[in-house]
Amino acid sequence: MNALPLTIYASFAGAVLALAAGTRSHAAARWIALVTALTSFALTLLAASSFAPSPGLQTIIDLPWIAELGIRYHLAADGISLTLLVLTGLAATVGVLFSWNIEHRVGEFFALYLTLIGGVFGVFLSADAFTMFVFYEIAIVPKYFLIANWGSPVTREHAAMKLVLYSFAGSALVLAGLLWANAAAVAHGSVSSFSLNDLAAAATHFSRGEQIGLFALVFTGFAVLAGMFPFHTWAPTGHVAAPTAASMLLAGVVMKLGAYGCLRVAMPLFPVGLAFWQPTIAALAIIGIFYAGFIALVQDDFKFVIGYSSVSHMGFVLLGLAAANATAVAGAVLQMFSHGVIAGLLFAVVGRMVYERTHTRQLADLRQLPLHRLLPFAALTFVLAGLASMGMPGFSGFPAELTILMGVWKTSPVWALFAGGGILVAAAFTLRAIQVSFFGSIPLSRVTASGSEPIHAGSLHHYEPITLAEKVGTALLLAATVYIGLKPDVLLDWITPALQSPLMQAALKGGSL
Amino acid sequence: MNYTELLRAMVPEAALVIGALFVLTLDLAFGPRRTLESRLYLAVTTGTAAVVAAMYGAFSSSLAGSVFGGALILDELTMATRLGVLVLAWITLTLAGSTARLRHPAEFVAIVLLATAGFTVMAAAQQLLVAFVALELASLSLYILAGFDKSKPESAEAALKYFLFGGMSAAFLLFGFSLIYGLTGSIELHEISAHLAAHPPTPLLSVALVMVLVAFGFKAAAAPFHLWAPDVYEGAPVSSAALIASASKLAGLTLFVRLLWPGFGPGAGNVSTAAGAPGWLAIVACLSAASLVLGNFAALAQSNLRRLLAYSAIAHAGVMLLGVIAAGDAGNGPLFYYVFTYGIATVGAFGVIAVIERTSPCQRITDLAGLYRRSPLLTGCLLIYILSLAGIPPLAGFFGKFTVFAAALNLGGLAGPAGWLAILAIFLSALALYYYLVILKQALVVPPAAATSSDPSTSRISVPVDAAIVLVFAALVLVVLGLFPSFVLRIF
Repeated sequence: MNALPLTIYASFAGAVLALAAGTRSHAAARWIALVTALTSFALTLLAASSFAPSPGLQTIIDLPWIAELGIRYHLAADGISLTLLVLTGLAATVGVLFSWNIEHRVGEFFALYLTLIGGVFGVFLSADAFTMFVFYEIAIVPKYFLIANWGSPVTREHAAMKLVLYSFAGSALVLAGLLWANAAAVAHGSVSSFSLNDLAAAATHFSRGEQIGLFALVFTGFAVLAGMFPFHTWAPTGHVAAPTAASMLLAGVVMKLGAYGCLRVAMPLFPVGLAFWQPTIAALAIIGIFYAGFIALVQDDFKFVIGYSSVSHMGFVLLGLAAANATAVAGAVLQMFSHGVIAGLLFAVVGRMVYERTHTRQLADLRQLPLHRLLPFAALTFVLAGLASMGMPGFSGFPAELTILMGVWKTSPVWALFAGGGILVAAAFTLRAIQVSFFGSIPLSRVTASGSEPIHAGSLHHYEPITLAEKVGTALLLAATVYIGLKPDVLLDWITPALQSPLMQAALKGGSL
Repeated sequence: MNYTELLRAMVPEAALVIGALFVLTLDLAFGPRRTLESRLYLAVTTGTAAVVAAMYGAFSSSLAGSVFGGALILDELTMATRLGVLVLAWITLTLAGSTARLRHPAEFVAIVLLATAGFTVMAAAQQLLVAFVALELASLSLYILAGFDKSKPESAEAALKYFLFGGMSAAFLLFGFSLIYGLTGSIELHEISAHLAAHPPTPLLSVALVMVLVAFGFKAAAAPFHLWAPDVYEGAPVSSAALIASASKLAGLTLFVRLLWPGFGPGAGNVSTAAGAPGWLAIVACLSAASLVLGNFAALAQSNLRRLLAYSAIAHAGVMLLGVIAAGDAGNGPLFYYVFTYGIATVGAFGVIAVIERTSPCQRITDLAGLYRRSPLLTGCLLIYILSLAGIPPLAGFFGKFTVFAAALNLGGLAGPAGWLAILAIFLSALALYYYLVILKQALVVPPAAATSSDPSTSRISVPVDAAIVLVFAALVLVVLGLFPSFVLRIF
């Protein structure tokens, strides 16, 4: 537990080392990144093994930082943060494995990558809103350079700028909300402080109008990053343009930052605001589930299918948060973990295994290739990941979405019915993607007979075999989704006590007002 | 009137002026027989010694309060501002020494030192006349510096524009001062303040305050008095532009925040609530809003790097004016922190431009293309400066914004214009990230144009050691102050 902050420092130190080593040797930079990510992952697992669930955040470090404004460097963790820390460690490790083939400016790539990871670890460990905001912004800027430098050539600059401006606009909303909350707390007689506990205590004295306004600012700000409709448009374009590892991190971890911020900051601090906005958020979440799902159903671009599916699945997280009861929120956190793993797998298949070998993401092109025979490993992985994504029992998606739906039913059966329909849409677009991409091939003879040459006909059997790094990464992610699918209690036993803390109880009570 | 007291209070200025004279004398004595480079080296070394001596003097001076019958004041703000402008002047001088190709190096260094002396007096002035004289000493030096490159018509244009605008604003300021003297019968700030507190405001007083604010707007490059800034930033020699953008701004903000709050404080009015009393705060709030909007939106459209920096400076001036509004309540800490760290980042950015210009022209943003290959050191430094200007944590620019906005919102939450200005500034900073990223995109992402080995715009840039030292120093300052802002805030 006490070693958890080392994940932050190790990532930043690794970033510096990778940058320094990258000028001399690409291999050295890769190994530094892998060792750093593995170290962080090991640290989170170590903390998890000795974790004693208890209500409330367990403080790890609490030092005065900027005394003039009452800002403290306060790191703490509970079951919710631990779940996401383990996810981050896992995603970081696998992401390095799937970017093993990067050859261009390797040191800089891994330096930015590890800086992003360090920022994410910092957000999940922060118990002071200022500290959290600082780490949050540290995680935003590297995304621009990762996508603009190593993304897919045509769209990368546009996508990177769009993604970063959306993120930054969201964080501007959060910043405005935090500063306003602090000013209001001071005006109501509290000492200036940005500690989540102090702000929550002060916020109980806020007027209803202040609570509603503050909740809207902070929740919307974070929800932009969680991909809430109608602020989700950065996500598909950004995910598609990003290099594989960055897509995996963006969908797998960074979108969780937004949901985590909603859960950790907006909901406990402003429960009255939550009660007011609850139906709106639920409506937007359900619209997001369907809207993104339907768009995913008609995409021509393989990676866009996965990009929109992320938005759709994050809709379940937001719906779980909006329902704001212990079951639904626990399900939402479980879904964050589950989607982090599954989205990582899907992007790994699409971005790394398929695109970098076939050099096309167009479903129309892919359906002409007998991909299930050419890349059987990728096909198997994608089928398994697709099943997990659809919520098939035995994979983590099933307990997560089931728990969310059970919780949502308690708050509003109507929402639950709608969301249940969303699962059907998810099944539809996932099955279509599986069918068209891997099993859509027309027998070669018929293609040649009808005159249209299948693309890359000459290189059909010369795809570079799936590398060991890819296999290990895939195995790690698959193991995680199956393990949690079979034993969701491992995570739920961490998450449920965390929801008993006074802060979370305040949020949940706000949800039932 | 105690002249030893005065002498003790003005050790930094004495060091700077003696240094300036010494630089000229040395050049006169040894210059003619030497190359231009060694003359520049000699002048810069001597000048740096003078700046360091002035730093020592500023650092070791006692915080004696009012000295010499209240003409000067030695308080925390004075000390901080003096040290701040001296650090900025030191960086500027060092950069000039390693990058500038000047035909009159000694004169350049001497004038920089005189301008710096003007800045340090501005930091301490507590009386209308001293304030005006200090301001003019600084301004006249800066006019010359802006036009120092005699071979470039742009430089002359910059100097002329700067001089015309500056002269006009000085005239306004002097007229305003004389009206205030006529109305209150004093040029001492505390007596003016006492008089204003005791008497109801008159229309003539409003006229006088508006005139002072016109000059303030010019000095801070706040809209609508910003028109000189893009041309001067673009045309003036890089080191002059750096000094104008950084040290001059810090000294100007300190001078005017002292005039406005301790001097004209009773006429401030109130912008913390919707229906606050009228006063100069309302005008400052308008200038701030105009600068924020105009600066940020105009910067979006720039293709010239220096003009972009100028419009970003106008946007930053909007935040600084917000800091001035908040200074009445929150003290000078947030404002000083913001302006000082802004100055460091700006001087650094100009320093990078200056070093690049040794090899190839650097006017358009696209001239930065491929900088990551041409010089990783410059790229790293530029990344830190620009991200600090954009307000990305953990760099100092972020905390500067944070503390100014917090101070403004603490005035009365969202009940009045001050709070809404802060919200406006926060949202515009999201917009601002776009144009800062455009700079960084060229430097870090775009590869250099098709490389021909002889083309200077793609070749590696060699960074002189002394320039490298100050650039890294400036970057470190931004990181360290960003991580530990209490170093500065604690002073106040």
